Amino acid sequence: MDELWGVVFSAIKAWFTLVVLLIMFPAMLGVSLGITETYMKILVKTLKWATVRIEKGSEERKTLKVSSSNGLIQRLDGSMEEQIWELRGSRPKPPVGGDFTLSDVFYFSRKGIESIVEDEVTQRFTSEELASWNLLTRTNYNFHYISLRLTVLWGVGVIVRYCVLLPLRVTLASIGLSWLVIGTTAVGFLPNWRIKEWLSELVHLMCYRICARGLSATIHYHNRENRPKKGGICVANHTSPIDVVILANDGCYAMVGQVHGGLMGVVQRAMVRSCPHIWFERAEMKDRHLVTQRLRDHANDKTKLPILIFPEGTCINNTSVMMFKKGSFEIGGTIYPVAIKYDPQFGDAFWNSAKYNMVSYLLRMMTSWAIVCNVWYLPPMTQHEGESAIQFANRVKSAIAHQGGLVDLSWDGGLKRAKVKDVLKEQQQKKYSNMVVGEDSSD
Amino acid sequence: MGSTASTLSKIPDVETLMQETGFTPAHMVRLYDRFKALDKERKGHLCPQDFGAIKELAENPIGDRIVGAFFSQGQETLDFHSFVRILAHFRPVDKDRPRDPNVPEPINSRSNKLKFAFQLYDQDKDGKISRAELLQVLRAMLEMQVTEEQLESIADRTIQEADLDRDEAISFDEFRKSLEKVNIDHKMSIRFLR
Repeated sequence: MDELWGVVFSAIKAWFTLVVLLIMFPAMLGVSLGITETYMKILVKTLKWATVRIEKGSEERKTLKVSSSNGLIQRLDGSMEEQIWELRGSRPKPPVGGDFTLSDVFYFSRKGIESIVEDEVTQRFTSEELASWNLLTRTNYNFHYISLRLTVLWGVGVIVRYCVLLPLRVTLASIGLSWLVIGTTAVGFLPNWRIKEWLSELVHLMCYRICARGLSATIHYHNRENRPKKGGICVANHTSPIDVVILANDGCYAMVGQVHGGLMGVVQRAMVRSCPHIWFERAEMKDRHLVTQRLRDHANDKTKLPILIFPEGTCINNTSVMMFKKGSFEIGGTIYPVAIKYDPQFGDAFWNSAKYNMVSYLLRMMTSWAIVCNVWYLPPMTQHEGESAIQFANRVKSAIAHQGGLVDLSWDGGLKRAKVKDVLKEQQQKKYSNMVVGEDSSD
Repeated sequence: MGSTASTLSKIPDVETLMQETGFTPAHMVRLYDRFKALDKERKGHLCPQDFGAIKELAENPIGDRIVGAFFSQGQETLDFHSFVRILAHFRPVDKDRPRDPNVPEPINSRSNKLKFAFQLYDQDKDGKISRAELLQVLRAMLEMQVTEEQLESIADRTIQEADLDRDEAISFDEFRKSLEKVNIDHKMSIRFLR
């Protein structure tokens, strides 16, 4: 019995030393030993082979063309006017009594039923579906049993992911987090010399690098000359809480957010000791002026780190960018837009907060193959003369959507929880009434 | 989301439902997932408020009527079977269906699609669209944008054009006749992409 314990202990010791030497130290120093690259190469080869097998096995179903969009049903092209014209055929416009036909209702009923089957907003809050299976059960929608070899490969994948990768990643993540807390608290004890700033940046960077390794994250940064500078505001599209780790791997930011309790609270309090982050109490969040004022004070101080804000306000599934809330754009100062696009082939990073809580989400992250993403730093933007905050926000949103290859939507992400205002219904009615009675309708 | 087979087994009487409506197993699964997604409180059935949460439906001028089509006879709950049966109206027409007089018409036939649209107008289900009912629909679609006189003149003209037997109302046959040139299959069908 004792011998068994002895063996287990030495195994754990060996495991830890291995982890520390091969992964932690290089991560802390920002150096890569090439382990992740080799892993990714093997992974890509395996997935390619699996894809070929699946395609061979599903030749009968080639008729159903897989669409690149996330859409479930086919939508007809054309605006309301065009479609209703088509319905009316070449009927001449009656001289009196408005231009209405019984067939007009077809357009509205079809649109209504389409939205019952799938609506544009909810679509953005479910995970993107892949064209081909990547050997994770969670992304298996349409793929049936193909062959024994594939199932065996999938089984091997499960073992590798849950028994090898998961413990490794959990170890790294906990080391990373504890180091963050300890390191920042230690730095916090130093008086405010120049060296404190430098040390604080170092500590933050190291911890985020360890955490990134803890997710097997491969990040490609583009246009690094546009990286956010001090006193600016960094704005990015939001897909998951991991966005913070992704961005903080390449620079130091001042985080903004609500004060949490529990483990998050401990981390937050520790972080704020070494460099100023902006944490709000729940009650303070309601007061918009207070929030804007605090952010403005921080941004105006040119020695403080750039603020990191996600103006969508909620996690979207990385196929589109939704409405940016104008609050971040009223602060003034230079905006540094950043576009983040995850590659869904290796792991789906989207956090569906209605479906999964934080812990199950992190578990899913740590049992994916890897997180691969591209980060583009866009050139800084400032508000033009006479441009309103909303117009400015939309301008930044288009730039980010364009760079990341995402669909630019003007729906409010908050709609996933809130009700639609009557204003939108009135707009539809106005458009239709223009067709029926023309421009001389009453107000 | 699991595989198709496991989700299919969760739907009660799925075989009969597929035969009745003509949906494929894959589409059944998608509709079932959608049904569950709309049923946010996991009651196992839908109520009118669940439809109210769909943004595009709330901005649709006849959104309430469409929801009403699902909850016929004043019911307050909608189970999955009824949900799918109504949606089956919008399946594309099966082009090579044999015209067998003994087999009842499928839910997605041209005639049944027209009946569905007819019922959006004919709320009291007496088989005729009266002037009052037509005015109601017009009011819903145009609301603040037109005056009452304009509404009445539109309603009068429409009835005049379609009403062949001069009874000041539009019956289903008159409705069908006035729409014989419309490509019903194209305009009242929803095609799944996957």
